[in-house]
Amino acid sequence: MNAAFRIPGAGRLRQATASFSFDDKSYVGIDGDTLASALLANGVHLVGRSFKYHRPRGFLSAGAEEPNALVQIVRDDARKTPNVRATVQELYDGLTAHSQNRWPSLAFDVGAVNDIASPLFSAGFYYKTFMWPKSAWKNLYEPKIRAAAGLGVSPDRPDPDHYAARYAHCEVLVLGGGAAGIAAALAAAETGVRVILADEQAEFGGSLRFESGAKIEGEDGFAWAQGAIAKLKAMDNVHVLPRTTAFGYYAQNFVGLVERVSDHLKSPGRELARERLWQVRARRVVLATGAIERHMVFADNDRPGIMLASAARTYLNHYGVAVGRNVGVYTANDSAYAAAIDLKKAGVNVAAIVDLRDNPTGPVIDEARALGIEINFGRAVIRAGGKLRVSSMTVQPKNGGGERTIPVDAILMSAGWTPSVHLFSQSRGKVAFNEETRRFVPGTYAQDCVSVGACNGTDGLAATIDEAYAAGAKAAKDAGGRAGKSAKPKVDASESWSRGMLGAAPGAGPDTTVKAFVDFQNDVTAKDIRQAVHEGMHSIEHVKRFTTNGMATDQGKTSNMHGLAIAAETLGKPIPQVGLTTFRAPYTPVTFGSIVGHARGALFDPTRRTAIHPWAAAQGAVFEDVGQWKRAWYFPKAGEDMHAAVDRECVTVRKVAGLFDASTLGKIEVVGPDAAKFMELLYTNPWEKLEPGRCRYGIMLREDGFIYDDGVVGRLAPDRFHVTTTTGGAPRVMHHMEDYLQTEFPHLNVWLTSITEQWAVIAVQGPKSRDIIAPLVEGIDMSDEALPHMSVREGKICGVPTRLFRMSFTGERGFEVNVPADYGEAVWEALWAEGQKHGTCAYGTETMHVLRAEKGYIIVGQDTDGTVTPNDAGLDWAVGKKKTDFVGIRGMARADLVAKGRKQLVGLKTKDPKVVLEEGAQIVDDPKQAIPMKMIGHVTSSYWSENCGRSIALALVAGGRDRMGQTLYVPMPNGTIEVEVTGMVFVDEKGEHLNG
Amino acid sequence: MLLIRCPYCEEERPELEFRNAGEAHIARSTNIAGESDDDFEKFFFIRSNPKGVIYERWRHIHGCARFFNAVRDTVTDKFVMTYKAGEPKPAKLPGASK
Amino acid sequence: MAKAAAKTKVVEASVERRPALAGRALSAPGVKVEMLPPAERISLRAPQASLAALSKALGLTLPTKPKTSAAKGGRTALWLGPDEWLVIDEAGNDPLADCAKVSALHSAVGISHRNVAISVTGPAAAVTVNSGCPQDLSLGAFPVGTASRTILGKAEIVLLRSAEDTFRVECWRSFSDYVFTLLSEAASDAAN
Repeated sequence: MNAAFRIPGAGRLRQATASFSFDDKSYVGIDGDTLASALLANGVHLVGRSFKYHRPRGFLSAGAEEPNALVQIVRDDARKTPNVRATVQELYDGLTAHSQNRWPSLAFDVGAVNDIASPLFSAGFYYKTFMWPKSAWKNLYEPKIRAAAGLGVSPDRPDPDHYAARYAHCEVLVLGGGAAGIAAALAAAETGVRVILADEQAEFGGSLRFESGAKIEGEDGFAWAQGAIAKLKAMDNVHVLPRTTAFGYYAQNFVGLVERVSDHLKSPGRELARERLWQVRARRVVLATGAIERHMVFADNDRPGIMLASAARTYLNHYGVAVGRNVGVYTANDSAYAAAIDLKKAGVNVAAIVDLRDNPTGPVIDEARALGIEINFGRAVIRAGGKLRVSSMTVQPKNGGGERTIPVDAILMSAGWTPSVHLFSQSRGKVAFNEETRRFVPGTYAQDCVSVGACNGTDGLAATIDEAYAAGAKAAKDAGGRAGKSAKPKVDASESWSRGMLGAAPGAGPDTTVKAFVDFQNDVTAKDIRQAVHEGMHSIEHVKRFTTNGMATDQGKTSNMHGLAIAAETLGKPIPQVGLTTFRAPYTPVTFGSIVGHARGALFDPTRRTAIHPWAAAQGAVFEDVGQWKRAWYFPKAGEDMHAAVDRECVTVRKVAGLFDASTLGKIEVVGPDAAKFMELLYTNPWEKLEPGRCRYGIMLREDGFIYDDGVVGRLAPDRFHVTTTTGGAPRVMHHMEDYLQTEFPHLNVWLTSITEQWAVIAVQGPKSRDIIAPLVEGIDMSDEALPHMSVREGKICGVPTRLFRMSFTGERGFEVNVPADYGEAVWEALWAEGQKHGTCAYGTETMHVLRAEKGYIIVGQDTDGTVTPNDAGLDWAVGKKKTDFVGIRGMARADLVAKGRKQLVGLKTKDPKVVLEEGAQIVDDPKQAIPMKMIGHVTSSYWSENCGRSIALALVAGGRDRMGQTLYVPMPNGTIEVEVTGMVFVDEKGEHLNG
Repeated sequence: MLLIRCPYCEEERPELEFRNAGEAHIARSTNIAGESDDDFEKFFFIRSNPKGVIYERWRHIHGCARFFNAVRDTVTDKFVMTYKAGEPKPAKLPGASK
Repeated sequence: MAKAAAKTKVVEASVERRPALAGRALSAPGVKVEMLPPAERISLRAPQASLAALSKALGLTLPTKPKTSAAKGGRTALWLGPDEWLVIDEAGNDPLADCAKVSALHSAVGISHRNVAISVTGPAAAVTVNSGCPQDLSLGAFPVGTASRTILGKAEIVLLRSAEDTFRVECWRSFSDYVFTLLSEAASDAAN
């Protein structure tokens, strides 16, 4: 069954039908249609409402430049894509589309009142109207405007599709698969280099889709293109990418492409990505992006049925669709004649050709005349009739005179062709204005690329293929290709046109107030542009923003040149002096999905888990995120909440023992004869005299004298240290150490190796810790004499190698058992089994935090914030007094860092022991002072301590150590909390538990 | 994404493998503890932040892991050249326009 | 308490080794992604003057050209930097012990458990790795034997092309889930 406007025998589509719906009405199209061609085949021109005035709109184009025909494609509840260009969307059986920006229906849209009230909505309307009163902006204007604005409806569910990404490299990247791009790719491919050829359309051929007069190698141009593509696809060194838009051209020939993988399929398999992002690095880029036809700027030129002449030709010659039965043509150059001729030959009545030019001559004009088409030279279409569909065109001699109205059901227009210099411009190339042909073409190149064909201002198929083939061959040769055999395609017949006009046509001049649209998508008229200039916008960039000309999804592909010409005319300046607005990526809209690619869900960011993680998960541990790590936070037993679990864990560790997974701690092995010298320079402490087998708590500063990191360091041998860092600090500490080693102390014979992940670390802490470990250890004397606090031994545990540290971050007797990571979980299980004999527990990071706070051990990054010196933190004892150099030694001596009254770390006890302070809460010394109060410090750590039976806190307080015993105040929203300044140790002040 | 020539890997590699490490050729004093406030200020706080050619340190952190020096134009964001850490500031830049 | 000295005891028990993602594999058209078995590994750092002695001890010539590797008898040395090599032994021999006999200046640190290896094999292997690795992996630019530390998505990897259609991807243990998942997703897309 044929749709009413499908012409039997015309076009190239096979007759496999596809049914689809638009605004809930069913239609039938043909496999290979776009949504646009399928709708036109059914006589549907009205497909949308404009953004501002809600004017009825149809199809302007047959390609990516489409400003009007934006629809919502709905696959299911989660797949509702707004702002899809119907001219690009390929039809599939069952496709469901809806029009946008209309209510209650497309034909009757209440918002169209904006059109009647349009004098209110002229250029700069928003800026002028919603200025006062200021408060109304936030509460009234913005919400109302936001509700009314926007095109389409964004989906409200997570995107169920997936998106792929890949990096690719090639010698020659050809962008655009028309005659020029194909010729360039053929030439480059012959040389054997890697070639990628991309085109945004489903089928290659570009303007050969509609140029019925093109003959190459004895074939119809489009047929030749398909043959050439088949040949290219068969070559190992060529990658042919249809449905692929080059959206951004970045530094050093890095080009972003989006390949639409499955949007054209009826029911894409789950294995198929929806889109694939290609990030291509090319030695040479050939730009063969073609040209875009311009519309004529005249009154009511936006009525459905009025479209670009080349679009009508494409619908006819490729899709076999007549865009009307009685069409008018309005042109300022030759190319529309070819459309009139093709349509006439297909049996469509051409009511009249209206040509602005006075007495043009040429073969197409002769042919049109010979076909009996009425031609009117020197005349203008001053108005289009009709509303939901064009019904007539009113013609007048261009210098004024009698009007004549001609009934039509479509108007094909052409003001000439604009070279697509978008990607060239994005490459930072500078365009140059050609006065003779009135167009911007590539001028100065900034990267290793070359423009060929229509985008380079080259007219005519033979000249295009000559240029493109030569450029493709040269690009390949420059990129290292061998000389290929020349097989330049021979052009037998071609079409050629140039010139045309820029700006408003007669009847839409400065003395008029008609709605002659320059930018359809943003409802910008010629009058708006003039008004912008009159109101003081003299830069084209200001005109753009004031009028919104050239903005939104189509980025002014059809409107920029007209807008520029009108602005230039109004300014009384030549076009090159006014200049083009900057072309920015993306060329056409790019989905967030394709930019995100694989990086969502589990792949959004690496989730790092320790070797012991599965055991903890099986025990029901609750995990917290620490950077990329998942760390066991606490281990609740049945019925326990977090507080109950943490209280139990805290008490168990001090009474018996606990096991803690400390594997995430950063670990660096420092090896070499100068290892100790290096440690002396990177840490405040002295290291030379630390004996092998002993450990020391080290502090690392930045050059500014502030604490950067800390950790326990064990000396395994004279030339080997096992350094630990904070979990979060591991990568940057390594970077910091490498920086000094490589660039300041390169004379030192020492090397750094990250061993964070080599060793799983099981902290066993508590009075029973040795009893738990000892039965499993071989080769290490575990006595206090042989293995005192702060020592390290290498031996075996459970038969696997271990670095056994005797150290404590709880204040209790403690060990950290390092075993190779793959053994971590099994050794943990063995220790756990041993621990069960004593009633031990597993504890998480929360308990670890509480236990260390009970002992006043700081956590770098919690109790310090990058402005805390060792002295501030009460750690002067860890700074080697006799040392003459270490990183931070000079910074630490700066006047401000040794001044009195600095914030110092102290303990805080609330007067009411049940009250737990909030971390980050501010501290004042007089709660009755006027607001804003003088804040003298803040709480850095605060916990309920079940072991102390009260709350405990650490705080940075100005002059804190001189305030021992003082009462300070923490003002909170529901009352002021009284606190007493104390020392930082809340449990076992004498440190007896370390050997307990 | 830029390509940056690593002088140790002897080839251009993608920017993702690199990390900037601030201005180059600012030597840490061998007697830093004895430096005057002014000298320490110059060493630690003052950077040239030029419009145009800048000498920087970069690290091929996800490659050979070496720090090296680079000359970059802050206006065009183009690398003029790169050279190994410890090598002197080049007396003349290739293709220098100013 | 517990003043009584604990005595050093000989312990029989040997516990189970549980490598990360052991046995995980994914097959897609044109490519297979699978976890490789554990191997012995060291991070070797040394100045030029020590290379002869270390090469002799390791039984292979340490490569000095950027991005290259040398393999012999189940042992591979990958050039990672001008004084840095990743030595992987898949034959069950211990390169750490071999280096321990060398008195020439060097640093050898055992990292057998730090790294895990994933193999990506098949005609679509390069495309799979290129889903997250920005380097040119064509045979011209990255021939067999090429080794490089680089990036895969948001993780650091060491990449070795061990055959025309085979890559060995080494990453740190805790990144293996991310790297394997990314390679799996990419593998499913690679042949499309």
